[in-house]
Amino acid sequence: MEIVGQLQKQYVEFSTSLYREGFLDEQFIQLQKLQDESNPDFVVEVVSIFFEDSEKLINDLATAIQQQVVDFKQVDAHVHQFKGSSSSIGANRVKNMCIALRSFCDEKNLDGCLRCLQQVKHEYFLVKNKLETLFRGISHLKENIDSFFSFLIHHFFRRKK
Amino acid sequence: MSGGVTTEMKFHVLAVDDSIIDRKLIERLLKTSSYQVTVMESGVKALEYLGLLDDEKSNTKSHSNSTTWNQNEIQVNMIITDYCMPGITGYDLLRKIKESTVLKDIPVVIMSSENVPSRINSCLEHGAEDFFLKPVQQSDVNKLRPHLMREKEKGKENQFNSINKRKPIEECLSPDRTRIRFNNDLVA
Repeated sequence: MEIVGQLQKQYVEFSTSLYREGFLDEQFIQLQKLQDESNPDFVVEVVSIFFEDSEKLINDLATAIQQQVVDFKQVDAHVHQFKGSSSSIGANRVKNMCIALRSFCDEKNLDGCLRCLQQVKHEYFLVKNKLETLFRGISHLKENIDSFFSFLIHHFFRRKK
Repeated sequence: MSGGVTTEMKFHVLAVDDSIIDRKLIERLLKTSSYQVTVMESGVKALEYLGLLDDEKSNTKSHSNSTTWNQNEIQVNMIITDYCMPGITGYDLLRKIKESTVLKDIPVVIMSSENVPSRINSCLEHGAEDFFLKPVQQSDVNKLRPHLMREKEKGKENQFNSINKRKPIEECLSPDRTRIRFNNDLVA
């Protein structure tokens, strides 16, 4: 069935672009290696946790930065966490932006922090969008592969008789 | 026993990390290597699990009747912990374990997202077996097995040496240490 071939090609092209454009790095590949028949949803689970965790961190960061007297140590603690989690799932651009944000924290540069936080958010929502697209692509592919195999099996058994 | 009861023969690793994502990752990595895994979200919870919280006041007392033996159903073969954690850090945890007469021989591995040589050296000097940079990979986890096998060897030696002496302790330890465990069940 041609549609499977087409979808596969689209998926591979999209997935490759994510690495090429630096949205994802090697660590995302490592995550995928941890998925198998005994843990078939591992990647989606971890990424879902990442989304929840990140959105909470972004809120905490926004709150900390908007204080009358900004506690840069607190801000740094949140960024450190965000850098860690994005690094753990392979969200490369988010991680790099967190590294930049930490520099501004070290310098106690509030203006720099504010601007950089916007960029962190931007990168986060970008990669979130990309990953959701990727997962939709996978399930679409799976559905079509399943129906393709059903078709094959049905066809095979019909011919045997 | 032929055939092997795999659950009791698995190495039990205690993983400690305040990051929910890293806990999920390390758990999966360890389970892929067929280890039994317990994850804790803080140093305090880990100490509690290991029965070390009460020991702060009684470090010099003999432990034969202490709370640690209430924990005799919990057998931990290795501890892998994040360095940067709020409250009790991985470093603090390492120190406490190495200062404990009961737990000091358990191999401890430290994980950190930051490559700070002085930090790494300090951990190794205070008894850490190894130091992994995050994100931790399968190749890092594969390095754990020799440390675990070595401790198992030592455990057998100690058991042979003390077999006629400390009977109460032997009763507690025997489920884990009476049989030779060089068997294919433990090979990854």
